[in-house]
Amino acid sequence: MKAEFSPGLLAAIREVAGRYPKPQAALLPVLHLVQKEFGHIPPEGERTVAGLLGVNPIRVREATTFYSMFRRRPMGRYHLQVCVNLTCTLLESRTLLGYLQDGLGLRPGDTTPDGLFSLSTVECLGACEQAPCLMVNEELIGNLDREKLEALLSRLRTDHD
Amino acid sequence: MIDTVLTENYGMESLKTIEGYLKCGGYKAAAKALRDMTPAQVLDEVKKAGLRGRGGAGFPAGLKWGFVPQNSGTPKYLCVNADEGEPGTFKDRFIINHNPHSIIEGALLAAYATDIHTAYVYIRGEYEFEARLLERAVQEALTHGYLGRSILGTAFSLDMTVHRGAGSYICGEETALLESLEGKRGQPRLKPPFPAAVGLFGCPTVINNVETLALVPAIVLNGSEWFRRRGLPQDPGTRLFGVSGQVAKPGIYELPLGTSLREVIFEHAGGLKVGRILKAVIPGGLSAPVLTPDEIDISLDSDSLAKAGSMLGSAAVMVIDQTTPILSVLKIVTEFFANESCGQCTPCRLGTGWMDKIVDRLAQGQGRRRDLDTLDRLAGGIKGRTLCPMGDAAALPVLSLVNKFRGELEEACRE
Repeated sequence: MKAEFSPGLLAAIREVAGRYPKPQAALLPVLHLVQKEFGHIPPEGERTVAGLLGVNPIRVREATTFYSMFRRRPMGRYHLQVCVNLTCTLLESRTLLGYLQDGLGLRPGDTTPDGLFSLSTVECLGACEQAPCLMVNEELIGNLDREKLEALLSRLRTDHD
Repeated sequence: MIDTVLTENYGMESLKTIEGYLKCGGYKAAAKALRDMTPAQVLDEVKKAGLRGRGGAGFPAGLKWGFVPQNSGTPKYLCVNADEGEPGTFKDRFIINHNPHSIIEGALLAAYATDIHTAYVYIRGEYEFEARLLERAVQEALTHGYLGRSILGTAFSLDMTVHRGAGSYICGEETALLESLEGKRGQPRLKPPFPAAVGLFGCPTVINNVETLALVPAIVLNGSEWFRRRGLPQDPGTRLFGVSGQVAKPGIYELPLGTSLREVIFEHAGGLKVGRILKAVIPGGLSAPVLTPDEIDISLDSDSLAKAGSMLGSAAVMVIDQTTPILSVLKIVTEFFANESCGQCTPCRLGTGWMDKIVDRLAQGQGRRRDLDTLDRLAGGIKGRTLCPMGDAAALPVLSLVNKFRGELEEACRE
């Protein structure tokens, strides 16, 4: 079974694929587009992408399983990714992670039942001068402490309402 | 005032636009090269400058360019490596955020010197914001005639595409980057053949780090002699030292190669926080072997650090004070490399996982002293036995932590 892609998504995929001498080279950018549209990459979406780029479906599965940013199941509306690499850990990111776990009732990898928050740990985000830091979807937030984290959670909850 | 090459105008908001960049002398080097210099002269100037790669390996950029065949008859490609994944490293993000056009101009000069007409900027997936900044800068350069057809009215052309990765440390390794750019899993290739001969889509390819390319315009504009006034004869110029961790003023400091590690930490980064005592320093990203406080009077350059058994790597200096147990540092190292092994070579795929399991046991308080010997043996068995440098990247920090902090680690053992 294949997923139905919107005309806008199809046009964007064709535009991206045209930038490379071989269509398969567009696989990562195309998967980013699909993830943006669906929030994750459904298995049927993998098949559709394979068809559009003229590659074997297993090539698409290889990419969605190898690259950590591709999500194969639905996530919460806000995906909180807390850096737990060295610099952030030295500056107490794991304490903040514990606070998030308690506050949201989540373990890394889980999503709240209302679908609002997903929590993950992540490797170095390349923002060590602002450690400890996290990403909310595509937004980087640095120099975190407990107060800032609380303010962030209440902002996200309000934005949602 | 320290004589900088890159960061003089950083912080000016307008530098993020092409108008601001042009006002600061941007694209003057491109005009000089394309109008008044032959590609061979540009190549020669960069060779004479002794510019070494800023990504981690420190290979001379001019030599790398020189390996690309001149009349291959096939397309040739330039890859800008913006896949900054080495933990502790944030200098390329800094450059992209402050001065995206310097990267484009550097890439244009590299492409001109090697007769390349297609460039891809491979940027790590997490840098979505920076990817958009670069894309905007590429559009501006196209509009102003610094990319595309007939650049500056000459016959030279260059297309540039910003390509986002999707979360994988190994894709910073140049052949893994090529695989990833071709839409495959990022598993490194066997070398030789080197990318200069067989690279992207099987064609000759140059791969340069963001910081390396961003230095090229100043070299071409001011000459190699000017550049060599900074730094060391064998390692000229400046580096962006990214200092982070338990220091007073974490940040990027542009300093000449050869500055001492002590000066970087205690003069530029403000030293440790009040009342804290230094325990360890990782001088070049997480894969660089750790240095102890009695080893920090060292000149920061590729050769000096190699001699001391560590490496300058990405010049990411991570500072650790006495409040941090070394076991927690070790656990972060083994967990990271176990997660990021691409799975291709057995010593790395299995060894990193085994090391992490042992360290996990130590962290649970169930470790035995002989576990430390096993760690030492495992790391020794990975080192030098993998296709790409990640085997060493995983093994060397473990070896250094286990051997330099053996006493403290033994205290964490049950027996």
